[in-house]
Amino acid sequence: MSALVTHALVKRFGGVLATDHVSLTVEPGELHAIIGPNGAGKSTLIGQLAGEIASDEGSVRVLGVDVSRMPTHQRAQLGLARTYQVTQLAKEFTALDNVLLAVNARAAHNFRFWGNAHDDDAAMQKAATALAIVGMSHLHHAEVGTLAHGEQRQLEIAMALATEPKLLLLDEPLAGMSQGESAAIISLLKSLKGRYPILLVEHDMEAVFALADRVSVLVYGRIIATDTPDRIRENAEVRAAYLGDEA
Amino acid sequence: MSGTKPSSLWPVAIQWSAPRTVTAVIIIALLAVLPMIASALESSYYVSFATRVLIYALAAIGLNFILGFGGMVSLGHAMYVLLGAYAVAIPASHGVTSGFIHVALAVGVCVPLASGFGAVALRTSGIAFIMITLAFAQMLFFGAVSLKDYGGDDGLTVAARSTLGGLDLTNNTTLYYAVLVTVLLALYLSWRAVLSPFGLVLRATKSNPRRATALGHPIFRYQLTAYVASAVVCAVAGVLLANLTLFASPAYGAWTLSGELIVIVILGGLGTVFGPVVGAIILLALEETLPTLIDATLPDYKSNWMLLLGLFIFFVALLLKRGVFGSLPASVRGERSKPELP
Repeated sequence: MSALVTHALVKRFGGVLATDHVSLTVEPGELHAIIGPNGAGKSTLIGQLAGEIASDEGSVRVLGVDVSRMPTHQRAQLGLARTYQVTQLAKEFTALDNVLLAVNARAAHNFRFWGNAHDDDAAMQKAATALAIVGMSHLHHAEVGTLAHGEQRQLEIAMALATEPKLLLLDEPLAGMSQGESAAIISLLKSLKGRYPILLVEHDMEAVFALADRVSVLVYGRIIATDTPDRIRENAEVRAAYLGDEA
Repeated sequence: MSGTKPSSLWPVAIQWSAPRTVTAVIIIALLAVLPMIASALESSYYVSFATRVLIYALAAIGLNFILGFGGMVSLGHAMYVLLGAYAVAIPASHGVTSGFIHVALAVGVCVPLASGFGAVALRTSGIAFIMITLAFAQMLFFGAVSLKDYGGDDGLTVAARSTLGGLDLTNNTTLYYAVLVTVLLALYLSWRAVLSPFGLVLRATKSNPRRATALGHPIFRYQLTAYVASAVVCAVAGVLLANLTLFASPAYGAWTLSGELIVIVILGGLGTVFGPVVGAIILLALEETLPTLIDATLPDYKSNWMLLLGLFIFFVALLLKRGVFGSLPASVRGERSKPELP
């Protein structure tokens, strides 16, 4: 069963077709990358998949469940986890509390008023583990607003992992990062590849061609090609639309 | 970052020697012995004034739960104070004097009412949320005005204080301690709730509701629960206020009182549990002393005392972004204070 199937997904903003009948799949263990020029509708598509943007037409199935009409938090509870192009974190919290918030989103009984959230040893261990995976164990008690940009992006991934996802949507995890920071994230993504089905939206061509099993090219809201990285590199239509002559 | 301890997963919630904690403990200790000081000074007025301060503090503690920790700016919370006051005055006018019934009635009406109002208001956020809560409060205000059988806009006097088992609330000192205990209980409950898994999500809805939702938290349920809980605290404050003043009037639900509660919360320090107590003490003490102070020094300007109060609030807002209590360090080692500290 595919982790994600979209069928003829459409989003219009006024007269603009931001998403034009997009059909794609993410298979179990697959890393499917979406590339496309600025304004191609990549973030809109991610928003539709996560439920933050209501689709006008089409359907989204996650692990066989039709989530087209489901609110965001219920999709997340099904196992759909996402990161944002512009980091969305609780800035006043510590890094650990951000991840704890993610861990608790998966807890069956989080509606508790009494016990101290920090006294839940199992949840705290899970949060610490997620921070360790992204290499932030030394930053448990750092206030998130004081973290470097690259660290905030890593934290986003740690939070997504802490929700024990069954499908990861990563919206430009390398955006605005220095070369060193990018290398760290790329090796992190490599270690995640195969363990989770991943839909990766990314600008960085090198990274995409190194990581992806399949690549889809999105132009003006429409997928013009889906293929292996090598074949996408050679695709004439893709070159014309996106990669430019020197690619 | 440097200075953090990677080995400790569980930061200590309260540092007893931190300036904030010491201040809170001193204030509570002073409040505990206040009636004795007042009787030594043979001035019973201070006891009833302090009771009023604590009732305002209680209502502000309720508001702070959603304003300081949930980021919900309700400009209508005085309506729940109004509700609590009428839950005393109306039964009392029919000869029902049991305090238990008064409290049960206040809570019993408040919970469904706040659930309905909250469910509607929480469809919105920001300015629209402020406006809707204000509109609901105005509805209740004029609803109270239209109660011609119960005094209309003149309000309704209460013949006697509520009877509460063995507690003799007609004694001002007993009433004071009943209010003080209620305030301490509310402080303890809100402190526990803020640190709880519920509180973590509530604080996250203030900080980044989009992220909390994307993680899978049904934030509406958290926000509505917090809103109702905060309304109940204000309703209890209303019950106590009617007992103190032996009076209930639509003015208790005026939007100016809702605004005053917001000022108290911000003055004390948003996002601190104990801040509303400090805010209530400062605001009411200034309202009490400034007119006499100006009368003694500049009698011609007596009616302008509000100007001085406004200046004071202006400078607190300008210089102490975290409020008076919130600006005190919450830890001894100079680390950044955490919001869960009292």
